[in-house]
Amino acid sequence: MSADQNTDLKFTSPYTPNTKNDRAEMLKAIGVKTVDDLFRDIPENYLNPELKIPDAISEMELVQEMEELAGLNAVPGDYASFLGSGAYRHFIPSIVNRLALRSEFMTCYTPYQPEVSQGTLQAHFEFQSMVCQLTGMDVANAGMYDGSTALSEAVLMACRVTKKSAINVLDSVSPQYKEVLKTFLDAPGIKMDSLKDGMASSNESHACLIVQQPNYFGYFEDLTTLSDDIHKAGGLLIVLTDPISLGMYKTPADYGADIVVAEGQSLGISTSYGGPYVGLFACKQDYIRQMPGRIVGRTKDTNGETGYVLTLQTREQHIRRDRATSNICTSVGLIALMSTIYMISQGKQGLKHIANLCYQKAHYAAAQINDIQGYSVNLDRPFFKEFVISCPISPAKINKRLLSKKIIGGIDVSSQIKNGMLVCITETNSRQEIDSLVTALREISAEIGSDEK
Amino acid sequence: MDRSVAGRIGTTLPKLDVPVQDDPPKNLLRESLEMPELSESEIVRYLTQISTFNFSIDHNFYPLGSCTMKYNPKVNDDIAALPGFSEIHPLQEESTVQGALKLMHHLQNILADITGMAGTSLAPMAGAEGELAGMLMTRAYHQRNGDTKRTKILVPDSAHGTNPASAVMAGFEVISLNTDSKGNTDIEALKYVLSDEIAGFMLTQPSTLGLFDTNILEVVNMVRDVGGIIYGDGANLNALVGKLKPGDLGFDILHSNLHKTFTQPHGGGGPGAGAVMVSERILPFLPTPVIDRQIDKSNSEFYSFTRPEHTIGKMGAFHGNFGALVRAYAYIRTLGKQGVPKVSEDAVINANYIRTQLKGIYDLPYDRTCMHEVVFSARNLKRDYGVTALDVSKRLIDYGIHPPTMYFPLIVEEALMIEPTETESKETIDEFIDIMKKIAQEAEDDPGLLKEAPHNTPNTRLDEALAAREPDLRWNK
Amino acid sequence: MNPSEFKFSEEHEWVNSTNNGEFTIGITDFAAGTLGDVVFVELPEVGSEIKQFEKFGEIESVKAVSDLFAPISGTILKKNENLTSEPELVNQDAYGDGWLITIAPKDLTELDSLMSSQDYGKFTESQSH
Repeated sequence: MSADQNTDLKFTSPYTPNTKNDRAEMLKAIGVKTVDDLFRDIPENYLNPELKIPDAISEMELVQEMEELAGLNAVPGDYASFLGSGAYRHFIPSIVNRLALRSEFMTCYTPYQPEVSQGTLQAHFEFQSMVCQLTGMDVANAGMYDGSTALSEAVLMACRVTKKSAINVLDSVSPQYKEVLKTFLDAPGIKMDSLKDGMASSNESHACLIVQQPNYFGYFEDLTTLSDDIHKAGGLLIVLTDPISLGMYKTPADYGADIVVAEGQSLGISTSYGGPYVGLFACKQDYIRQMPGRIVGRTKDTNGETGYVLTLQTREQHIRRDRATSNICTSVGLIALMSTIYMISQGKQGLKHIANLCYQKAHYAAAQINDIQGYSVNLDRPFFKEFVISCPISPAKINKRLLSKKIIGGIDVSSQIKNGMLVCITETNSRQEIDSLVTALREISAEIGSDEK
Repeated sequence: MDRSVAGRIGTTLPKLDVPVQDDPPKNLLRESLEMPELSESEIVRYLTQISTFNFSIDHNFYPLGSCTMKYNPKVNDDIAALPGFSEIHPLQEESTVQGALKLMHHLQNILADITGMAGTSLAPMAGAEGELAGMLMTRAYHQRNGDTKRTKILVPDSAHGTNPASAVMAGFEVISLNTDSKGNTDIEALKYVLSDEIAGFMLTQPSTLGLFDTNILEVVNMVRDVGGIIYGDGANLNALVGKLKPGDLGFDILHSNLHKTFTQPHGGGGPGAGAVMVSERILPFLPTPVIDRQIDKSNSEFYSFTRPEHTIGKMGAFHGNFGALVRAYAYIRTLGKQGVPKVSEDAVINANYIRTQLKGIYDLPYDRTCMHEVVFSARNLKRDYGVTALDVSKRLIDYGIHPPTMYFPLIVEEALMIEPTETESKETIDEFIDIMKKIAQEAEDDPGLLKEAPHNTPNTRLDEALAAREPDLRWNK
Repeated sequence: MNPSEFKFSEEHEWVNSTNNGEFTIGITDFAAGTLGDVVFVELPEVGSEIKQFEKFGEIESVKAVSDLFAPISGTILKKNENLTSEPELVNQDAYGDGWLITIAPKDLTELDSLMSSQDYGKFTESQSH
């Protein structure tokens, strides 16, 4: 058996610069004969296993293959899409990706060495600041994996703060998020109670009450009452929110929220089939030492100049290990940066404007759809950019027909609301798209009418 | 933000193209929103300027131990940005995302093959989340067998902090296990703690010392004999790809930090991706979803989501960090079966080359062949000249090289953990070696030079104590 | 360096009697030096009980966190409120302004299991090698 038996030395890769000669020289300097001499600690029978993965391909072939795969997907934009439910299509200004793709931001590590990481650190500081401005909270961390894990971590934090091990969840919270909660809460034995809409209340066993605002179905909850309910019971109010809505609506802090979490994807991140996204996490000052995740602080250097560092690190796993506030070891820095650029770029006027566009268009669409025979929308309860259509037949069947008309319909929520279809309208949905949806729904209604006759 | 000037906008505002609707209820609206007001050019300059304060892998050598700072191929970023990948919505019907599902299915198979496992879930969104998934599967496996007294997890003292933290999040008690004088698992200590209360062993191979445990088969067998699960932390998989399949050794669960071994750019601290691969007996517990492939009668294939029978559940709102999965898949396709073993071979050659060239200049606490990284100690410099690992690290910055990981693993005093990766050339490594030698000489000649380093960065050393004592975490406007 | 009238534990806490039978507890200069810049101290509420050699609080530096262990048992009478805004007092004056708590001791014979100043000096010398 030749020592380099598994290695095709004729193979070269642009990502591994060492040539055959380089390797030979280095092995000689190390004092071994073959590369496998460096792998002698591995039990011999297991070394150099057969790989069944495909052969190497060139960059050109790779691009061709990947374009082909990408081409198998139906892309919103080519299709009119009305999907939301936790991932939203908003317009992304060019500067977001152009700046974030800079090597200096993209190919650096976690800013543990502050002297060579001021770019990342300062951007994180802007992120934390703007998350606080948007949510109205005192402090924010530098980012979590996504909105659902931010929510799960918020619950674990509420249990630490209150030293309780049961929680209350309003039943209009996203079912996807509730599933993630279950994953995180089963093992530590945290009991999850469900609070039905309008049927208070929380009790003394509850560490927190989770309210989604606007809720999973797009509608606003009576946060004032719910806030009183949990605070009287001695628990914390956790609000899961949509950052775009905060461009015009009251902040969770206005209702007395103790912890606010959100999916940050709508702030300049493409939907990218579900990730990577960034979870926003903000809370009251008092709870800062119980907060999970990375935090950047402003300080001075030895010359008295302002600079930024990772701070309050004793909460984190690399120091406190089994007693850390979380095992998290990322802040999804690049995605947080993208949302930072988005927030700066939209700024004071843009965020409000985008929120208003979503509101206006969604309400236009809802009114039109409500007028179609067989469909109805609850227009009495306030909503933002999502709402539920009560359809004449199952939404799954409607969606099938919509797809043939190049429309991606809403989410089937018929398990919660009879023949309910949850649709989302953002500023990216043109009037033409909305009108085509209305027309298509009307046609489908007529078609099924005649099918049934 | 103190750069704001009232009235400036950073982007154009789209027109409203539908009739104006009734106003929303006033009581729901916020009174004010204070956000930045900057023009687009100001934003671009601000961010471009601060970006230059960062050190990046594209700039120069980044031998940050345990972080696998390898070069990230640019084409992978372009591919992840293809509209067919970046624009699709996670809740689209399966029939409209067959390309995405096919890619994920291929990646599942490839990762299972590279690690010698039976199946893969791509759901975890980071390494630490992969660890949590692994621990939850360990728990679920034992509970399914009615084996409820297994409440303890073994974690070596050299492990990453995420290991004990993840085990605790999964409801386990952590037992810390000593490392022996050779850097292996201490077999006597292991014997002493093994019992029917042990749920599993979280084992990083090679360890954070950069060493492959020569007792590995014995360790695996001992833990499995008492009914424990072997959980492999794949943080250091870059040393093994193509050379060893951990599944062959008897590992039940392994997570892979796709952003390390398979080049998702680190992005200043994420995003990552933490796929988990498992043996046959753990398959039913994988996090959901797992992608399945069916062939129908007309011989056409269809990819769909499946939910493993006893799944531990969802790890995030959707299906994992798809953008990172695309990059990992693209990277592995480019390397192919020829290139994958070359990754670990060159990584290991580079690390051992550094080890042998710097030995004697810096202390080498575990003097044996290393894998993809080598851990030195600056304790000799501290003892002789009062210069610490921190000082050496900061001085490296003056020479345009990123510092190694310092003070980790915790069991090595004044640790300097160096991971060169396979994407560095011999010339780069030689230059690094020369600089490290020079710094050691400077420590003797002029320790003050190191103490005050770095000298040419936007900031000198920062007051971290002040930052922690008086947290200043946001601007207020 | 270590005050001769104080008593010391192996966990690097000191205890000293004040007037009125109260005892003051802090961490030693050696411990403060090893820990580095102290940034945060977490202490139990006044009125709570502490037990000899058991954990009663935490002390944090920038990159380390240590448990505080009671050198003797007792009931907490006062905690050093100045440490909230000036945790650096622990570094600056470990045996004076950087004190942590005062207690009403439960059992004075517990003092016998602690080290004298001289013995503690030898103990730390052996630890730093």
